[in-house]
Amino acid sequence: MTLGLLPLETGDYTPPGTKDFLWYSLMPGDLPDWVNKPLVQAIIGALLVIILWVIASRKLKVQPSKGQFFAEYMYEFVRNGIARDILHADFRKYLPYLLGLFSFLLVNNWFGQFFLFMYPAFSNVGFAYGLAILSWLVYVGAGFAKWGFGGFLKKALIPDGVPAYLLPLVIPLEFLATFITRPITLALRLFANLFAGHLVVMVFAIGGGWLLSQQDNLFYNISGGVSILFSIIIMLLELFIGALQAYIFTVLTAQYVSTSIAEAH
Amino acid sequence: MVPLEGAQDLLGPLAPHYWSEVIAGIILMLVIFLIMWKVVVPAFEKMYEERSNRIEGGMQRAAAAEAKAEAALAEYNDQLNAAREEAARIREDAKNQSATILAEARDKASKESQRILESGRAQLEAERSQLVQDLRGEVGGMATTLAGKIVGESLSDDERAMRTIDRFLAELETAGSQR
Repeated sequence: MTLGLLPLETGDYTPPGTKDFLWYSLMPGDLPDWVNKPLVQAIIGALLVIILWVIASRKLKVQPSKGQFFAEYMYEFVRNGIARDILHADFRKYLPYLLGLFSFLLVNNWFGQFFLFMYPAFSNVGFAYGLAILSWLVYVGAGFAKWGFGGFLKKALIPDGVPAYLLPLVIPLEFLATFITRPITLALRLFANLFAGHLVVMVFAIGGGWLLSQQDNLFYNISGGVSILFSIIIMLLELFIGALQAYIFTVLTAQYVSTSIAEAH
Repeated sequence: MVPLEGAQDLLGPLAPHYWSEVIAGIILMLVIFLIMWKVVVPAFEKMYEERSNRIEGGMQRAAAAEAKAEAALAEYNDQLNAAREEAARIREDAKNQSATILAEARDKASKESQRILESGRAQLEAERSQLVQDLRGEVGGMATTLAGKIVGESLSDDERAMRTIDRFLAELETAGSQR
């Protein structure tokens, strides 16, 4: 047995990669390929969000019980901490979307660290695109609804105080920033964080498992054990990142709505 | 829906594996939004409203109770002051009244004593004059009898005898008053 510098490159080991994010039918032959694990997870996540919130919103009392206290804490986190802080007087109208968005993202992101699932649905970029498209519709729709078609375009594309000779440069840039890059960055930020996080966990877990299973090499086994331990630490970090990304996506959506409906720049 | 192989080659993991993901994301989020919009958020907002109403109502009730207590206190203080004033007035009245009663009683007593004194004096005077009258007659008779016995003759002439007696008595009186 030779002790190579890059032990994982020798032999039968295949490192995790993008192919691990490509899923096929849950029941090959009976169901099409798109009925796969991420889709089922997303549906379960959505149902979980709906069921938990509907249960929480029943029998709400003026003097809260312990369970209601927790639900209120979550609700107020989005209501006061995100919606009201950013949207001020208009927050009521957008609160349902923001609350649902945050809950849906949080539950699905945390699926990456929970048994049975161990996979964050939003590390498939399609779901992230879907939510980004919806957020785009919400903040662009809010702008058009408030200022009218031309009014919102003028407001969004022509910042105050820009001299006329710069407008040919500024208008395309503003258009790009408001209508193109915002949804793309929303989607990619969410997707990339979860994709990368899950990939790192897989690298440590699968690689560590492979190292542990090598015979007659104590160094491999020890480093394999360490890397599996480390994968657990990374998972804890992923819990935090999952919550953070849910928060960021929601806050940015609220922020975009706020700039759309704000009275002045 | 088949995997988007062409896009995968170009964009790698940035291309959705299936368009169903995008559609599922949108539909699921819309369903969640509808539930939030129609059920969850109204329930929570209603509860918050009730809570703020209750707190506001409680504060109003507390303020009302405080005002009531203050009014009651003011009323009690007023009543206390009125009672004190009345007591002082009654004391003053009593003092005045007692003074007048005393004065009246003193007046009455002095008048009474005066009257008693007066009547006693009048009675004395009457008795005295009666006595003087009686004595005068008696003394006159006795003197006449005595004088008759001494002189030995009856002083039958009453008129002369009376004159003599009177003169004698007058002399006696003057002698008495001189002494």
